[in-house]
Amino acid sequence: MDAYVEMKEIRKSFGSVAANNDASLSVELGEIHALLGENGSGKSTLVNMLAGIYSPDSGSIFIGGRTVSFAAPKEAIDCGIGMVHQHFKLVDVFTAKENIAAGREKGFWLRGRRLSEKIQAIADKYGLAIDPDKKVYDMSVGEKQTVEIVKMLYRGANVLILDEPTAVLTPQETKVLFQILKNMKQHGCAIILITHKLREVMEISDRVTVLRKGETIGTVRTKDTTPRALTEMMVGRPLELKIERVRAEPAMEPILTVGRLSAADSHGRNVLKDISFVLRGGEILGVAGIAGSGQKELCEVLAGLYKANGGRVRFLGEEILGLSPREILRRGISMSFVPEDRLGMGLVAGMDITSNVLLRSFQKDGGFFLDLPGGRKKAERIVKRYDISTPSVDHVLKDLSGGNIQKVLLGREVELNPKLLITAYPVRGLDIGASYHIYDILNAQKKAGVAVLFIGEDLDVLLQLCDRLMVIHGGRIMGIVDPLTTSKEEVGLLMLGQSEKGGNAK
Amino acid sequence: MMRMVRRSNPSKNMQILMRAGSVVAALAAAALLMAALGYNPFLVYYNMVAGSFGTAYRLQATIHKVIPLLVLSLGIAVAFKMKFWNIGAEGQMAMGGFGAAYAALKYGALPPYILLPLMFVLGMICGGIWGVIPAILKVKLGTNETLVTLMLNYIALRWLTYLQYGPWKVGGFPRIPDFSPNAVLPSLFGIHIGWMVAVLLTAAVYVMLRRTKLGYEIAVLGESESTARYAGINVSKVTIVAMLISGAVCGLAGMMQTSAVEKTLTEQFTGGLGFTAVITTWLARLSPIGMIGTSFAFAMLIQGGGYLETTMSISSKMADVLQGVIIFFVLGCDFFIQYKIQLRKPVRKGGEAK
Repeated sequence: MDAYVEMKEIRKSFGSVAANNDASLSVELGEIHALLGENGSGKSTLVNMLAGIYSPDSGSIFIGGRTVSFAAPKEAIDCGIGMVHQHFKLVDVFTAKENIAAGREKGFWLRGRRLSEKIQAIADKYGLAIDPDKKVYDMSVGEKQTVEIVKMLYRGANVLILDEPTAVLTPQETKVLFQILKNMKQHGCAIILITHKLREVMEISDRVTVLRKGETIGTVRTKDTTPRALTEMMVGRPLELKIERVRAEPAMEPILTVGRLSAADSHGRNVLKDISFVLRGGEILGVAGIAGSGQKELCEVLAGLYKANGGRVRFLGEEILGLSPREILRRGISMSFVPEDRLGMGLVAGMDITSNVLLRSFQKDGGFFLDLPGGRKKAERIVKRYDISTPSVDHVLKDLSGGNIQKVLLGREVELNPKLLITAYPVRGLDIGASYHIYDILNAQKKAGVAVLFIGEDLDVLLQLCDRLMVIHGGRIMGIVDPLTTSKEEVGLLMLGQSEKGGNAK
Repeated sequence: MMRMVRRSNPSKNMQILMRAGSVVAALAAAALLMAALGYNPFLVYYNMVAGSFGTAYRLQATIHKVIPLLVLSLGIAVAFKMKFWNIGAEGQMAMGGFGAAYAALKYGALPPYILLPLMFVLGMICGGIWGVIPAILKVKLGTNETLVTLMLNYIALRWLTYLQYGPWKVGGFPRIPDFSPNAVLPSLFGIHIGWMVAVLLTAAVYVMLRRTKLGYEIAVLGESESTARYAGINVSKVTIVAMLISGAVCGLAGMMQTSAVEKTLTEQFTGGLGFTAVITTWLARLSPIGMIGTSFAFAMLIQGGGYLETTMSISSKMADVLQGVIIFFVLGCDFFIQYKIQLRKPVRKGGEAK
């Protein structure tokens, strides 16, 4: 069969950095084609050129045998290429149908009823569930994704690009999405799926193209390959894909005791409700949940950055709830916190590494002046110990890669020698190698008797790494389970708010 | 078709070159305007330079403008580093002048070695208070500091008007009496010693912003309030202390201007310097060393513009136009440092697909 979409010898540089260097991709109608690669391997850049967001420096793109050259996303969609971005491009206060029609309808009036009918027809054809009149802000992540997909189909896309569509979905929602994709494939659409989750690639794709460092390494049929072979293609060397579960004896005395903790957001809605758990030294307690289930608030309450409206938080018996980060620091509470928002909270993007390393310790040094020489030494030690690639510690942080930025943050927090280490999504955006490095660091902390709270999103990782796994939904604990005896599906049900007995907890 | 492309990593040298180029372009654009108005632009520029540096007296007058501009810029930089948009330097300077004048008029008989320090202290306190008000309002009530600092300017300036036409008026004219000689700053090398204060202050602000914990806290807070809170920085306290310093330094400029240049207090003694200083601060990208340069450049524009009026009978507003053109070009240049305009290259033609 002839390839419908063909990208050949694509090169694209951003300044001196080559994002794509001789990348090719060839996709047929009626197939699901996975695009696999580590972060920074050029997957997104490649498809962004197909979607008309960037234009290649050189190389050619063919659609249905004809050379094309897109100057804007609109031209790509006119050729039938639609892209669903990782961060949805929807207007929150609009309804589904308003979002779908925005920017495309000719004439002055929105023809509401006819639009709804058209949308319904598309939804029925591909087996999508959509309520055209629901406002986006009332939608779950899965529903928003559906709107994005319908939006592209409505605009006549027969090639659909999805950029890490499952990153924000629960296992159940993922299943629904995959069913939709299969329906679309049956109707002759081509689907390009960007992901770095091997399991999904194996499950749904027909063929896989692997990118590494901006180059296409090869395209293989999914049924002829194995996860191990794909990993080798991705990383360029064999890699042991197992997280070691370090054995450590948890201490008897808990380091952190949280009791009936509750918090509300600025609208008075509960974001945390009756959260109770203990955390001992020498164990990793994982927290699983759909994005926005209260993970961020939990971490920030513990660190003194978010106001709770009830409950208690004891650190080695001392009540710390309500203390500001400053008081926590002053009292010598040995707590480190790696926040989710690295550059917006954990680090100062515009400052060099030395200044960032000083952030959590400068107040403890006496005197009027900043201890720059001391900070430098510390920064150099962290750069060396955590294998951070940077020309020097005077390098501005935001110019480092995501993985190196995260290592600066984690390194600084670990070097504080905490008794309690709170980490929120520490591997988000990191490639496989860097992620495993981070898991090793967490395991080493556990072995050293540190109590680790690990907020994660990849259930495979959570189940392999953690000693206990706390699942939250809508700010409540649905259960604290033993990863050794719990399946991913069971955790997924808890994440959706179904209690262990099968009833709905709400 | 044209499109804007983000530059990946503009090098330092290129940035400096582009900025210098933008100033040259601004001068060229202004030259076209002058030519259109029937003036010889080269003569205008020549007269501007001659007017600012031509004689010892003119040079002195220029430096008398550099000093307040530089000191005000230093004060503004402390606030800007925190991304606290203090455009109230004019008012803080006015209040500084008021504080100094109060001491000078009330205790004019005191010997200079007591009176001058007293004027310094009162000027800085009054300027500092004028700086702290918007800081407290922002911390406690979340007000927008740009509006509050701007509005406080008008209150301060009207306060001076009131004094001049009311309680401090002496005789028939609305005029505040001259300070006693004890209240006038002495000179060194023909220029009042404010220049030494400015030089020392430049060093002090440089060290403060780059080497002290307070400077670090200000910078972190400027980058992100969340990060500052996370790091245990007392956000309210740092905001207030930084604005106290910012206002006090601007007040100091007011004290020196009244004491050494005006030798009295008038309702116009600030002369818009507080607003011009916002520009010099910004163009120097908050670098204290850079501000020496930008303050000189703008002092030259003000002084040279005045000279044009007498020699070529061109309105001194020409200098304002030139200021505006330069700002326009230099700020516009920032865009071209971040982005470049690219004519769309046709994608290399490949053969037909198989």
